[in-house]
Amino acid sequence: MPDASDNTLGNKLNRFLTNLGAGVTSRIWRLGFACRFFLEIFLQSGTALRRFNLTIREIYFTGVLSLIIILVSGLFVGMVLGLQGYDTLQRYGSSDALGVLVSLSLVRELGPVVAALLFASRAGSAITAEIGLMKATEQLSAMEMMAVNPIARVVAPRFWAGVISMPLLAALFSAMGIFGGYLIGVQLIGVDEGSFWSQMQASVDFREDIINGVIKSFVFGLIISWIAVFEGYDAEPTAEGVSGATTRTVVTSSLAILAADFILTALMFRGL
Amino acid sequence: MASASPTVDEPLVKLSDVNFAYGSRPILTGINMTIPRGKVVAIMGSSGCGKTTTLRLIGGQLRPISGEVQVNGQMVHALDSTGLYDLRRRMGMLFQFGALFTDMSVYDNVAFQMREHTDLPEPLIHDLVMMKLHSVGLRGAHDLMPSELSGGMARRVALARAVALDPMLIMYDEPFAGLDPISLSIIGELIRRLNDALGASSIIVTHDVQESLKIVDYVYFVSAGKIVAEGTAEEIKASKTPYVHQFIWGEADGPVPFQYPARSYGEEMMERISGRA
Repeated sequence: MPDASDNTLGNKLNRFLTNLGAGVTSRIWRLGFACRFFLEIFLQSGTALRRFNLTIREIYFTGVLSLIIILVSGLFVGMVLGLQGYDTLQRYGSSDALGVLVSLSLVRELGPVVAALLFASRAGSAITAEIGLMKATEQLSAMEMMAVNPIARVVAPRFWAGVISMPLLAALFSAMGIFGGYLIGVQLIGVDEGSFWSQMQASVDFREDIINGVIKSFVFGLIISWIAVFEGYDAEPTAEGVSGATTRTVVTSSLAILAADFILTALMFRGL
Repeated sequence: MASASPTVDEPLVKLSDVNFAYGSRPILTGINMTIPRGKVVAIMGSSGCGKTTTLRLIGGQLRPISGEVQVNGQMVHALDSTGLYDLRRRMGMLFQFGALFTDMSVYDNVAFQMREHTDLPEPLIHDLVMMKLHSVGLRGAHDLMPSELSGGMARRVALARAVALDPMLIMYDEPFAGLDPISLSIIGELIRRLNDALGASSIIVTHDVQESLKIVDYVYFVSAGKIVAEGTAEEIKASKTPYVHQFIWGEADGPVPFQYPARSYGEEMMERISGRA
């Protein structure tokens, strides 16, 4: 039975401040742990890079198996861009610029960002769940007892696979989107094919647009992979803990992608 | 670095005055234990008494707060990670539910350490893996995945994996938990046979009295983080210590109370009644 004196204002305030302090401290502590973990992955990456077939295997699971969702989504996003873009552009009589609109939106923004969001929910969650379950079933402990470092053998290959896959998937997403825009704009609506492609070619700058898009998706790849492997490794070794960690991976990395996108965009296109 | 090379008479594992706690909750207090070479030693006690913690201290996964843990003449908790990994290459550990790598076949599980730690050619690894699997009777199951194995089979594969590099020390964490009687005696017999064939020493952490007393040379009884009794299997069976007696004969009440510590029930009832009035 709680004591009556428990409910005085002073005690309530005291409890509130204690909880607030504990919450903040534990979050900062966790962030520090995540940063040390990030460093540790780099230090332990020798195996993943030397025995590259370990990483290639993970690229198959994270990258290749994400292809379907990335390609199909890219196609649909491009088709929507084709419809919406045409609707707006034709009011100003500039529907010839549809190719530019579709390609710039995709290469600069939608390609890296949407592909990253899809990648986080398709592959990031899978990585977290796999590592978390390996921990829950003592596979990571067993590996450690066999004198094999789980960060080197399990975490680093998955991390690098995510970092390598992300820019490639984003590029494929953009390519597929441009094809979708072409299908709708040129084949369905009847925008002039010549100006669709030639205006695109004239206005998309390799350094300013394409490379910046690749840099973005590379950064997103680092963020997603880092969050996914960390959440898995740090998961509480129970069914509930693993499911919570999987959810956190998707939520945290989605927010982090959008925030990082804003920062990167502000840095890259400051001349505008 | 390591002290002078150990002699044959020196015990393989020696714990002296080991204390361990999680935060402020003490788990082990004043543990003294020796594991002689070539013997099978059991650590028994009820769930949560600190048995598994003892194994983790010996394997270097945990560090004692005070006291010494020595394995083969080396102070485990004083080793750096390279030294610890070198030592672990000579230890095998069987985890409670096997802890097989679920993304690898039985064959690859057993071959795992050979591939990680040696440069042996693949044909030789094949022969070694088949030999290990044969010794646990599962050569025919080499291409199955862990999800296709029964609990007893998984335990046997894990056993083959634990002895893959012919360790000097094999540790078993609850090897008998959740097995049917046939699998139980198979595992028991394998533990003894592998220990003697490899010239290794074994530590079994278990609460399965009948099965382990059949195969072990010496028993330590742990209760609430302290060693309460020790002796050979015969001595333990004949023990008059109340705790050991209750444990061996599986009595529901005794020195280990049936009730989780609580206030007196009568007192609690009275309080509820007066609270309602």
